Amino acid sequence: MIEERFDAIVIGAGMAGNAAAHTMASRGLKVLQLERGEYPGSKNVQGAILYADMVEKIVPNFREEAPLERHLVEQRFWMMGDRSHTALQYRNDDFNEDKPNRYTIVRSQFDRWFSKEVQAQGAIVICETTVMELVSDAYGKVIGVRTDRRGGTIFADVVVLCEGVNGLLGTRAGLRASPKPEHVALAVKEMHFLPRETIEARFNLRGDEGVVVEAAGVISKGMTGMGFVYTNKESISVGMGCLVSDFAENKDTPYGLLEAFKNHPSIKPLLEGSEVKEYAAHLIPEGGYNTIPELFGDGWVVCGDAAQLNNAIHREGSNLALTSGRLAGEAIFQIKSRKEAMTKQNLALYKKLLDDSFVMKDLKKYKDMPALLHANSQNYFLAYPQLVSKAMENFLRVDGTPKLDKEKATIGAFIKERKWSGLFGDAWKLARAWR
Amino acid sequence: MSLAARVEEKLYQNRYLVDAGKPHIAIRPHEKPSENLLAMTHICPAGCYSETSSGQVEITPDGCLECGTCRVLCEASGDITWNYPRGGFGVLFKFG
Ligand SMILES: Cc1cc2nc3c(=O)[nH]c(=O)nc-3n(C[C@H](O)[C@H](O)[C@H](O)COP(=O)(O)OP(=O)(O)OC[C@H]3O[C@@H](n4cnc5c(N)ncnc54)[C@H](O)[C@@H]3O)c2cc1C
Ligand code: SF4
Repeated sequence: MIEERFDAIVIGAGMAGNAAAHTMASRGLKVLQLERGEYPGSKNVQGAILYADMVEKIVPNFREEAPLERHLVEQRFWMMGDRSHTALQYRNDDFNEDKPNRYTIVRSQFDRWFSKEVQAQGAIVICETTVMELVSDAYGKVIGVRTDRRGGTIFADVVVLCEGVNGLLGTRAGLRASPKPEHVALAVKEMHFLPRETIEARFNLRGDEGVVVEAAGVISKGMTGMGFVYTNKESISVGMGCLVSDFAENKDTPYGLLEAFKNHPSIKPLLEGSEVKEYAAHLIPEGGYNTIPELFGDGWVVCGDAAQLNNAIHREGSNLALTSGRLAGEAIFQIKSRKEAMTKQNLALYKKLLDDSFVMKDLKKYKDMPALLHANSQNYFLAYPQLVSKAMENFLRVDGTPKLDKEKATIGAFIKERKWSGLFGDAWKLARAWR
Repeated sequence: MSLAARVEEKLYQNRYLVDAGKPHIAIRPHEKPSENLLAMTHICPAGCYSETSSGQVEITPDGCLECGTCRVLCEASGDITWNYPRGGFGVLFKFG
C-alpha cells in the first residue's frame, strides 16, 4: 500500500487518535493515521458533551471552526422513581461566556472536522482500512502494522494505539487483556429531531444555550446504569447504558430499557412529536483506575478508551482521550527530537506526563467507585430511588397527617428496606469511595 | 407489538454497507448453547442473535452495531469469533 517509513502510525481517527496525530504532525513528524470507517466518525458514538479546554490545547481557535451544537448553561440530575423524578438542578447565566467550557456535539460531524485539521497539519489519513495486526521484530518490539488492504506491512518507529474500547489489536498482540463484562457498559442511543424553537421552549433555552439531563434510578431496573437526555441545536440525544455483566444477568433488552426510559412520564413530554433518525450502540469503559493496562512498551503506546481512560462517575471520556492522545504525541515528539529510539524505557515519558495530568489523578480519586456501585447496584439504583420518591410523595401530599408522623413513616421505610447498619454502611462506603 | 419487531424498526433508520457473504462474527457449532451465548439473544442491541427451534443460538450480523458486547461476553470461552468488518463496511453512523 505505502512503501515509505513513518515516524508514527496512529490507529483510529477518534478523539485520542486525532489528538495524537494532530500533536505529532503539527510538530513536523511524519504521521500515518488509519481508520476503518468510511470517514472519521462513522463508527463512533457519544452522548455527546465536549469539554472545551482539552480541545483548545490542540486547536486553539476551534470555537470558530468546529461544528458545535449548544453550550451548556444547565445540568439536571434526576433520580427516577417509577412515575416520578427527584431533581438536582443547576443553572448559571455565567456559563453564557465568550468561551464556554462545555458544548454538545454530534460526534460524526465533529470527528470529520477534527480529521480535516489533522490533515491540514500534514498527516496522511487513510480511511476504509481496518488494521488487522501489529507487526513485531524478533525481540518483540512493535515495528509496524498489517492492514486489510493489498500491499504489505507498513513500518514506523512507534505505533500509537487509539483503537477505542474494543481494542482488538492490543489484546490480540497480548499487550493487554480484553475488557471484562463487569468493566464495560453497553449504551444505546437515539437521535430525536425537533424544530429548534420547540427544543428551546421545552428546555427553557435562549439561542444556543443547552441543557443536560442525567438520570439514574429505577430506569435501570437495579442494574448499574444511567440514562441521559442532551440537547443539540435541532435534535435531542437520548440514551441509556448499563454494565454488560448486569445485562447478562438480568436479560433485559437494551432497546426495551431505552423504550421504557423514553416513555417515562418525566421524559416523554420532552420528546413528543420528534422524528428518530438513528439508533446506535457502543461500549463505555467503566472499570476505572484499577483496570488500566500497561500504557507503553517497545514501539507502542495506548491512549483513550483502549486504555480504559474513562471517568464513568463524571461521564467524561472524550477529554481523557484527547489529553492522553496529546500527551502521547508530545512524549513521542520529545524522544524523537533527542534522536533517541522508541524503546519502552523512553516511552515511559508518556506515562509520566499522564500521571502528572488530571487524567490519572481523577481516575485515582474514584478508584473504588466502580466496584462499589457494581456490588451495591440493587440498593443505589433501585431501592433508594424508590424510597426517595416515596418520601417526596409523602412529604408533598397534604392529607391531614401530621408532619411528624410522615417523617417517622419515611424513616421507617428506609430502615425496613435496608436496616440502620445497611444504610450507614452504604453511605459510608459511598463517601469513602468518593474521596 | 414484540420488542424484536421494534428493534428491526430502529435498525431500519440506520445506514449500512453490508459485506455480503463475509459475516464478521461467527458462532462455534454447538449442541447446547452456553449461558452467555443464550443471554445474547436478549442483550444484543441489534437483535442479531436468536434461538432456533432446536435450541441452538444463531447469528445474522447484518444489522450489527459493532458494539462489541458479544465479544466481551462470549469470545474468551471460544463461543464466538469476533472481528471488525472489512474497512468501510458495516454500520455507518450519520450522527453517532
Ligand atoms: C453513549 C455514549 C455517551 C458518551 N458520552 C460522553 C460524553 O458526553 N462526554 C465524554 O467526554 N465522553 C462520552 N463518552 C465517551 C467517549 O465517547 C469516549 O471516551 C471517546 O470517544 C474515546 O475516544 P477514543 O479515541 O479512545 O476512541 P473512539 O472515539 O472510539 O475511536 C476509536 C477509533 O478507532 C477506530 N478503529 C478501531 N480499531 C481499528 C482498527 N483495527 N483499524 C482501524 N481503525 C480502527 C474506530 O473506527 C474509531 O474511529 C460517551 C460514550 C458513549 C458510548
Ligand atoms: S457486536 Fe453488538 S450489535 Fe453486533 S452482534 Fe455483537 S452484541 Fe450485537
